[in-house]
Amino acid sequence: MLLNALFIALREIRRNVIRSFLTVVGVVIGVAAVISMVSLGNGATAVVKQNISKMGNNLMTLRPGQGWGGGAGIPLFELADVDAIRDQVPGVDTVAPFVQTNVSAVFQENDRKTDIQGTTPDYFRVANWELAMGRFFTDEEVMEGAQVAVIGETIRKEVIGEGIDPIGCKIRLKSTTVTVIGVTTAKGQGGMSDDLDDNIIVPYTSIQRRLTGRGSNGRNINQIMIAGIDGYPSANVVADVTLLMRERRSLGENEENNFSIFDSQQLTEIVTASTKVMTQLLGWVAGVSLIVGGIGIMNIMLVSVTERTREIGIRLAIGARAREVLWQFLVEAVTLSCVGGICGIALAYAACYYGADLVGAPFQFDPKINIIAFVFSAGIGILFGFMPARRAAALDPIEALRHE
Amino acid sequence: MTDEVLIDLRNITKTYGSGDAAFQALCGVDLTINRGDFVAIMGPSGSGKSTLMNLLGCLDTPTSGTYRFKNVQVENLNKDQRSLLRRHAHGFIFQGFNLLARTSALENVELPLLYRGYTRKQRHQMARQALASVGLPDKERNTPAELSGGQQQRVAIARAIVTNPDTLFADEPTGNLDSHTTLEIMELLGRLNRERGISIIMVTHEDHVASYANRTIRVLDGLIEK
Repeated sequence: MLLNALFIALREIRRNVIRSFLTVVGVVIGVAAVISMVSLGNGATAVVKQNISKMGNNLMTLRPGQGWGGGAGIPLFELADVDAIRDQVPGVDTVAPFVQTNVSAVFQENDRKTDIQGTTPDYFRVANWELAMGRFFTDEEVMEGAQVAVIGETIRKEVIGEGIDPIGCKIRLKSTTVTVIGVTTAKGQGGMSDDLDDNIIVPYTSIQRRLTGRGSNGRNINQIMIAGIDGYPSANVVADVTLLMRERRSLGENEENNFSIFDSQQLTEIVTASTKVMTQLLGWVAGVSLIVGGIGIMNIMLVSVTERTREIGIRLAIGARAREVLWQFLVEAVTLSCVGGICGIALAYAACYYGADLVGAPFQFDPKINIIAFVFSAGIGILFGFMPARRAAALDPIEALRHE
Repeated sequence: MTDEVLIDLRNITKTYGSGDAAFQALCGVDLTINRGDFVAIMGPSGSGKSTLMNLLGCLDTPTSGTYRFKNVQVENLNKDQRSLLRRHAHGFIFQGFNLLARTSALENVELPLLYRGYTRKQRHQMARQALASVGLPDKERNTPAELSGGQQQRVAIARAIVTNPDTLFADEPTGNLDSHTTLEIMELLGRLNRERGISIIMVTHEDHVASYANRTIRVLDGLIEK
């Protein structure tokens, strides 16, 4: 009987292509909206996560002062702080000192103001750097303050220039010259939309000796980069480092921290949570349009029952039972909404494919939301198809046949 | 014509509404129709002939009295049981043809077969045969809008006989047709009655249409005139 109802329903749908199309449009748009909103939202979340992890997984940055700026008179860190953190704080994988300055890098006639980062080989591990060519510098080169540099992709392109083997090139930084020994793999944009490849990484000893000076009382480390062990809660590391640094910087009980810790994992969590809320919100708004689409189906089916009263009368007169008429209309509604669901999924794919570029998020296939949207649209067909179907089935054949 | 009783009505009444507004459309009808009869039911408007027709065709139930169809009591059947009876024993022709619009003649004729569980092949074959027997073998792809009134009524007749019913109920089958086409349709009905032994019960108010029947029943004020 169900198969028969499906056959009759398909015949009726085919008989009224335009009406069927109009019925379906609402559901198509609803399903497409839900899927594309959620997919693009997931894509955006993934992009944000990816950008943050480019800076280094599980990365914590220890800075002097509160907030982003250092502020005058606040003491920098010393090399012993790096060792203390590495040796005394549990959950720490790698620690690297970080000395930073901003000078012009000159090679032949090229000149670019860039970020000079002085550090140890551990930094490459802390900040997830990989090599496109050449090598990183070694601990020995740090000890002897070697004039070597690992350059970012932007420097290779803009300062060295295309077609020149960068390895062995000598770049002049103010009064000193460094030899390029490696080029890092491009990271692209970071979480703050900055160019992560516009930098030159050198041993911190060379930068201190030639560019920044040794600083007062050996406090000459701008920042300390800390990589947590995977799976170890970063909040614990932050708390332990805070305690340790308060002690090492001899802060009294009532004194505020004169340093701050930026925790990328925490940032990831915050950003992920907020994009998730956005995605859910968009999904719900789109879900409302799906319900409106369902009401559209009910509306057209109700009109259709009135318009097709005579047809129903004919079917009843030639021997269709009430439940067969009910099934016919119900199956018709469900078929339409399922077709709408499938078309909606296809439309969502098209929208995501082209929309992904537009919002700069990757296209992410989420089978769950597809299944939910499809089942939901079929459910809408049953829900909103039932009332019109029951009304059709309850018709009296004599009255129905007399209907003009 | 045999003497086998097809339809037997005893003291049938039909009342619409209740209380003061009640209207008695049939006031105790006794009627016997034999298998193979071609009966014309005549009477002025409001005489109760349509009510009688609906009761005979099991589209409606009487208020009181007994109705035996092929010796089975049918007056108390529920809606679905009556549907099944119509599906298996009855064929219907209407004044307004009542074909499905935008649907080919073949699919229209197939309609009753859809509810009887035939395969696609059987349906097509039976529908083609029915169309051929009403003289429209070449119109199976045409929709009602592409057919003349007479042709539409032929399709409707094909739809009514495609299930090989015992009885054909025709409600003013020529009411919307011109005199020439009326002639054709009546000859077709007469032939179906003679050649295939289908009993026909027809409502009409035209004497020359009634003359094709071999028995005429006149209804007046809810009673059959003797």
